[in-house]
Amino acid sequence: MANIQDIFFSKAELARYDRHIIIPDFGLEAQKKLKAAKVLVVGSGGLGSPLLLYLAAAGVGTIGIVDFDVVDDSNLQRQVLYGKRDVGRAKARAARSRLRALNPYIKIKLHETRLTSENALAIIQPYDVVADGTDNFPTRYLVNDACVLLGKTNVYASIFQFEGQVSVFNYRNEAGEWGPNYRDLYPTPPPPGLVPSCAEGGVLGVLPGIVGSLQANEVIKVLTGLGTSLSGRLFLFDALHFETRTFALKRRPENPLNGENPSITALVDYEQFCGLKNSDEKPVQEIDIETFLQWTQNEADFQLVDVREPQEYDAGNLGGLLIPLGEVVARAQEIARDKKVVVHCRSGARSAKAIRALAEAGIEVQHLYNLKGGYLAVQALEPIG
Amino acid sequence: MATVIIPTPLRKFTDNESRLSTPAANVAEALQDLAIRFPNLKKHLLDDQGQIRGFLNIFVGDADIRDLALEQTPISADAVLSIVPAIAGGRQ
Repeated sequence: MANIQDIFFSKAELARYDRHIIIPDFGLEAQKKLKAAKVLVVGSGGLGSPLLLYLAAAGVGTIGIVDFDVVDDSNLQRQVLYGKRDVGRAKARAARSRLRALNPYIKIKLHETRLTSENALAIIQPYDVVADGTDNFPTRYLVNDACVLLGKTNVYASIFQFEGQVSVFNYRNEAGEWGPNYRDLYPTPPPPGLVPSCAEGGVLGVLPGIVGSLQANEVIKVLTGLGTSLSGRLFLFDALHFETRTFALKRRPENPLNGENPSITALVDYEQFCGLKNSDEKPVQEIDIETFLQWTQNEADFQLVDVREPQEYDAGNLGGLLIPLGEVVARAQEIARDKKVVVHCRSGARSAKAIRALAEAGIEVQHLYNLKGGYLAVQALEPIG
Repeated sequence: MATVIIPTPLRKFTDNESRLSTPAANVAEALQDLAIRFPNLKKHLLDDQGQIRGFLNIFVGDADIRDLALEQTPISADAVLSIVPAIAGGRQ
């Protein structure tokens, strides 16, 4: 962080930040700290939208954005940074346009890349605080580990359907003690497929607005040193029942990053850590989309099994038998044994897991075919309506 | 009866119930009770060795059972037990 003695405001900036400056506990000093600060926002999606908007509006001097994605129609229900005309644009660039229009007095730096074990330390190093608004477990652990290794505070939020979590990880208090981090909270990620993602399970659009705003509030508190941060606590918000809970969180001696016997001293392969990459994984027999359509047109005798979630099925399906991935082994007897079976999901990942799960459970899978590209591929070939 | 709050991702295994009552006297009994009433929920709570899964935290009131007596943590009749899984967001 730049020295706040060297921070000055123009008349226009003073006018802009007046409602901050006149708060007795905030004042010019906190506003200077914001201007001197550099915050990296990882992910400019649902959580990143309110985060970026409020951090920019509040006058955080330098904001970095990590995102490699492009704006999609299905983002607009919650990603309020973007509008209809941004669909197809790179998110980081569209975000920069919006934030520049909102506050021309701040710097915005783009990192249009996927955060990886190779680039994370270099990208995060120049920043004071990281705000994690990512959407997958490997990146969550990557951001956490990189922040702990670099000694950066990681303001964390996560959402699913109607529920959100917020905490402040790796926060150094005035006594110089480091607070808990993500690995103290969750030592291991869920095995793939056990917990559905938002792409499968959905998310209420306003939820990231609420949770991402709480996250922005914590970032501002960490930067200014005001109030009591959420370090050492996990906040939970259930939008459906309007329930909030706050739990105590402690550092754990077995934490492999900074516990009593640290075993992680450099970034690792997080896809592998999260079980998403398994070199021992047996390839699954596949059927390509053209062959599948031929089978359908020729009325070949095969069974179609859809392993997506019921809500996804209701939103559009190919008429297959619905057996969500989590139930596939328990309901194996519903899968035909006397003919070919095509198993599909949204993109082909869960259906491959389903076939592997059946094989691991000792069920014959030689007649099972994973539909390559899944429902999305069929949709792309056959525009609906 | 103690109350167990079921997190959103696991409600599909509890007939969409978000709050359940349990006569259990400790955390292990409460999980066992849930596993019996909702057999599909069991594998999401416990691994093959019967251990609480690493991506789940269990709190009694606002305290982590890892700071209490783990599965043997007693729960009183007015206790609230929260199951809090890791959630990531959009993709996995």
